[in-house]
Amino acid sequence: MTRRGLLLAAVGLGLLALVPPVAAAIGQPFYVDVFRRIMIFAIAAVSLDLILGYGGMVSFGHAAYLGVGAYAVGIPAYYGIENGFVQWPLAMLASAAAALVIGAISLRTSGVSFIMITLAFAQMLFYLAISMELFGGDDGMRLARRSAFAGVVDLKNGTTFYYVVLVLLVGALAIGHVLVNSRFGMVIRGAKSNESRMRAIGFSTFPYKLVAFMIAGAMCGLAGALLVNHTDYMSPAFMHWTRSGDIMFMVILGGMGTLSGPVLGAVVLRVLEDLLLPAWTEHWQAILGPFLVLVVIFAKRGLIGLLPERND
Amino acid sequence: MADALLEVRGLTKSFGGLVATNHVELRILEGETHAVIGPNGAGKTTLITQLAGDLRPDAGTISFAGRDVTALAAPARSKLGLARSFQITSVFREFTALDNVALAVQAHAGHSFRFWRPARRDSALRRPAAAVLESVGLGARADVLAANLAHGEQRQLEIAMVLATRPRLLLLDEPMAGMGPEESQRMIDFLRTLKGAQTILLVEHDMDAVFALADRISVMVYGRLIASGPPEEIRGNAEVREAYLGEDAT
Repeated sequence: MTRRGLLLAAVGLGLLALVPPVAAAIGQPFYVDVFRRIMIFAIAAVSLDLILGYGGMVSFGHAAYLGVGAYAVGIPAYYGIENGFVQWPLAMLASAAAALVIGAISLRTSGVSFIMITLAFAQMLFYLAISMELFGGDDGMRLARRSAFAGVVDLKNGTTFYYVVLVLLVGALAIGHVLVNSRFGMVIRGAKSNESRMRAIGFSTFPYKLVAFMIAGAMCGLAGALLVNHTDYMSPAFMHWTRSGDIMFMVILGGMGTLSGPVLGAVVLRVLEDLLLPAWTEHWQAILGPFLVLVVIFAKRGLIGLLPERND
Repeated sequence: MADALLEVRGLTKSFGGLVATNHVELRILEGETHAVIGPNGAGKTTLITQLAGDLRPDAGTISFAGRDVTALAAPARSKLGLARSFQITSVFREFTALDNVALAVQAHAGHSFRFWRPARRDSALRRPAAAVLESVGLGARADVLAANLAHGEQRQLEIAMVLATRPRLLLLDEPMAGMGPEESQRMIDFLRTLKGAQTILLVEHDMDAVFALADRISVMVYGRLIASGPPEEIRGNAEVREAYLGEDAT
């Protein structure tokens, strides 16, 4: 990231940090909820961008990990295991394991086949969740108690939970930043840029892509663990393919292959979808659709690419 | 007879009814510059692609440095020291020239499951990469994005990436493709500096380049090698003249 990028990210995250006090000051605590949800999706979008924007892997089933992470919190909770120090790592491990299986098969294909296979796996998990009657099946299941952290943090406090999510978002961005600039990151980016050249200079890219896929899965699994705590509910809907589309759109809207882009994309898409447009007209989707089309056509590098820049 | 670095036996590859490589026998000796010439569609690139491991032959064997590599994939062959350049420029366009070469160095510097240190500040990669870039004459262009380099410079970058893998055999697929006369001459001069120190298999259309550089020349027509020998001999070979060099060849 350039110095300008770091500055932008710092300003953006600083603004997010101001949401709870501002919401309290204007007497609208509701915004804490809204932006917590936005940041959870931002983590999911950042994780997708690692493989999509940097690795060129067009995974169209990324919401699967959101679901796996959520169920990895909800199912232990159902059996009385409410410790977040157990649940959250479990969510990440389970998602990484799911990504290992999905990636090991789908990464052997490319192009449209890859998109379709990742979508198919996500659909399989979606229907698996529906079929699990014990855990609510189609309807999903209420999370009786939020993850407990032995008194370290209390997620029942909305503002505390908000800052936990913010810290994790910053962590996801920092990890992403280190990762994409490491030797490992250069391999992933090289594979996106020119696979046959990578092979010719001596790289077997498959294991690197697979590990990137697992890292992205684990990160998105954490977002799933946050999401189930946020909604106090887990549902197969977390894994619906339209959800995968949403996350992908946040990445594309904000700017693929940048780390701040997906965060910006998550904020803009959610604010438009949840706050601005529905308040204005019930036909808001007729406005959102063309807007998204225009961004894709005219801002090839996403919204982040529209910001002024000095160099690159 | 000196040991062959690369030994190709009975190599055959067909695409439908077209036999692109027809029982090719080829020996490349350590240290020589060996050119393969032939008219368009003779199967030269198909040959290189099989040697590099991007295409599996239907029949025949390829041994490299005394080892049968026929079943090895391209990355494994690169690790053994076979390095190819592409006829159609193939670089990492969104990386700088130095990044391109550093990635080639990285490919041969152990595994890349290294997640922490920034690769662009890793002198173990950057220093050798900069040296190779300097040697092909792109030192001043190190920080330019590959996409923004002139065509001739991108061809030089191709060669730099090949050299950065410290290969034992260079497979150069028309390194002069699309170059102007001046650029071509510069490339010929550069390749001449590698002669002797590097073993080179050169596929090239530019006859000036071939006769200026090659120790031995093989002529390929319709997938077959019809002749192989030192440049004088090839120039004088009636069959070759008829098949390829044409009337105006001298």
